[in-house]
Amino acid sequence: MKLRTIALATCLAAVGVTAFAQAKEQFFPGLPYRTGPYAPNGVPWANGYADYLKLVNAQGGINGVKIIYEECETGYDTARGVECYERLKGKHGGATVFQPLSTGITFALTEKAPGDKIPLITAGYGRSESQDGTIFKWNFPLAGTYWLAADALVQQIGKKEGGLDKLKGKKIALVYHDSPYGKEPIALLQERSKQLGFDLQLLPVTAPGVEQKATWLQVRQAKPDYVLLWGWGVMNSTAIKEAQATGYPREKMYGVWWSGAEPDVKDVGDGAKGYNAVTMQHGAEPGSKVVADILKNVHDKGQGTGPREEVGQVLYMRGAMSAMLAVEGVKRAQERYGKGKWVSGEQARWGYENLALDQKKLDALGFAGVMRPISTSCADHMGSNWARVHTWDGKKWNFSSDWLQADEQILKPLVKSTAAKYAADKKLTPRTPADCNS
Amino acid sequence: MFYRENGQYKTSYRADQQIFPISQDRIAIALILAFAFLAVPMLASDYLFRAILIPFLIFSLAAIGVNILVGYCGQISLGSGAFMAVGAYGAYNFFVRVPGMPLIPSLILGGLCATAFGILFGLPSLRVKGLYLAVATLAAQFFADWMFLRVKWFTNDSPSGSVSVSNLQVFGLPVETPMAKYLLCLSILVVIGLLAKNLVRSAIGREWMAIRDMDVAAAVIGIRPMYAKLSAFAVSSFIVGVAGALWGFVYLGAWEPAAFSVDQSFRLLFMVIIGGMGSIMGSFFGAAFIVILPIALNQALPLLGNLVGLEISTAGISHAELMIFGALIVWFLIVEPHGLAKLWSIGKQKLRLWPFPH
Repeated sequence: MKLRTIALATCLAAVGVTAFAQAKEQFFPGLPYRTGPYAPNGVPWANGYADYLKLVNAQGGINGVKIIYEECETGYDTARGVECYERLKGKHGGATVFQPLSTGITFALTEKAPGDKIPLITAGYGRSESQDGTIFKWNFPLAGTYWLAADALVQQIGKKEGGLDKLKGKKIALVYHDSPYGKEPIALLQERSKQLGFDLQLLPVTAPGVEQKATWLQVRQAKPDYVLLWGWGVMNSTAIKEAQATGYPREKMYGVWWSGAEPDVKDVGDGAKGYNAVTMQHGAEPGSKVVADILKNVHDKGQGTGPREEVGQVLYMRGAMSAMLAVEGVKRAQERYGKGKWVSGEQARWGYENLALDQKKLDALGFAGVMRPISTSCADHMGSNWARVHTWDGKKWNFSSDWLQADEQILKPLVKSTAAKYAADKKLTPRTPADCNS
Repeated sequence: MFYRENGQYKTSYRADQQIFPISQDRIAIALILAFAFLAVPMLASDYLFRAILIPFLIFSLAAIGVNILVGYCGQISLGSGAFMAVGAYGAYNFFVRVPGMPLIPSLILGGLCATAFGILFGLPSLRVKGLYLAVATLAAQFFADWMFLRVKWFTNDSPSGSVSVSNLQVFGLPVETPMAKYLLCLSILVVIGLLAKNLVRSAIGREWMAIRDMDVAAAVIGIRPMYAKLSAFAVSSFIVGVAGALWGFVYLGAWEPAAFSVDQSFRLLFMVIIGGMGSIMGSFFGAAFIVILPIALNQALPLLGNLVGLEISTAGISHAELMIFGALIVWFLIVEPHGLAKLWSIGKQKLRLWPFPH
């Protein structure tokens, strides 16, 4: 029992020392993974997130309220992520918002957040049906879900073929990471394949995805017209290398945004030329104003979190944009609960639900051209259903499509029915209009 | 001086056969239980409950299960994660599909599913031994991973393969607060721990140990290897299955098959090896070592860094945590290959002679 007591005492001491409540500063916890198999993708995201928060502080905070940022390494392990959540949620007067950056942790925290009254932002990932805010009160898949990504890809392929009706009889294969993350798009793609009459072939790859010979043999046999890649980390570069080895044209491969950043294609270099990936609005944006601001106010002062070259890369921008959305929600909440005041997680939730970022605000924030305006409501926690596709030219990512809007006719019923099933399983009642307006 | 059994005469078989024959032990256990049931709920914070104590209790339970199989019966298993998964998904299916199914029976039924699964994958143990058996049980792990990822029925047809539970109740009392969850886990752990302790002292426990020490000799003196090995698999996977169900229901709340990956199997095996093979007490030590130590290190390192004016990055802390943790495992195994439980019993021996060692 002795060891246990010592360990407990250590933890108690650790919690006690850092638990001083400071009501004036807004606390943003971070759950990054800077170690483990997915670190190459997790690190730039976390650096972008941290740098943007530093930028806000350098510019005077959120209407004067300074930000405290603290990370707890999850290593993409769900159990560890839950521990981190418990550790951080009460610190510095209470966490404002969590961004779990992992499907597994998102699922676990979705069950815990309502009890703790802390919102969850899962910008571009997480569970797609959580777009329905009448049932998922605390989840915010802001500016994109995997269903939106899949729908945008189908539309882009349709455009390439000269119209969605031309997809009839075509073969599309989905090569996916065999986990809840990889399975997310299947529901939407099946819906689309029924509607448009293309043939959907599902090819799971066992995590982490270093062994894909069998999968690509199937691709070679079936000769699909297009391959959608729902891969992650090391699985992406392996898939592109295998495609190269099998002779499958990279131009016909379309990845999700987790398969469309620099770490995924850099190792392959020229071999990945022509490979496409959907972006949840932004791509690599080294020329944007926010990047210039971060370089000037954070990196030039020697406070940059990561290497300077990485600023403006795809996943770095993803982190910066996620941080921006988190901050803007607080700003919005301050409009209602008192400007320049600290807001609680519950108040911040209202801010995320009533987010209204128009073009003018985005321009002022330095996100002009990076993303489109976004406005959320009780019924729609996503706020924007636009995406773009970019293509790797061997050295960098370039946009290769116009803005693509997801088809609400497809997305909406799917979100509604899946969310309703969740509510029925959990015996939840949807929020009343009164609750929505509150 | 204080810890001596001098003068404690056993005048009946009953007294001779009780779990803790020394009265000081009985007092200590009673105090620990009183502390765990009464003092901890009053003292512990939310964080301590949810992030430290509940995982510790659940993994102690699982480690007891694995210890019965590996430590007592000598059948090395790398399928413990699979047994946890079967317990969790079994309990989930009973809980969701049977209307009005209470929590405790679904946990037990989940454990029984794991039992059936364990017996099935324990069959190779009748033919293969040692490391070969470890590889054979690894098949259970991969089979469970495959089954819960691919067979949609088990995950109630959820599109992503993730499942979740809520509205947990025991006898009409909601299990929502961290304290209620802690008490639920603690009660289950105490009941099963007591059963396990008694089981390993009984005839069947002795059979397991005989098989472990030398199976040919055990067979010669009339112990049926098939019965002994399969019963060890059954009991072990039941306990591990209940622990798995608790892990999903109480700790995670929502989970995917990756929560019970092969990593979990290794962790459980390490708990048993570090804690002490063939010791119920060792399971607690092992669970504490593997569950609590990394978290404690993770929190203590930045503080230590601050003391000497050093700012350690998140990744740095994480790497240092792994390195120190690994070094400690090696160190403990060199100092005491029989595990922390052996250190504990050495300590007890020393205490008997204290303060006049000879």
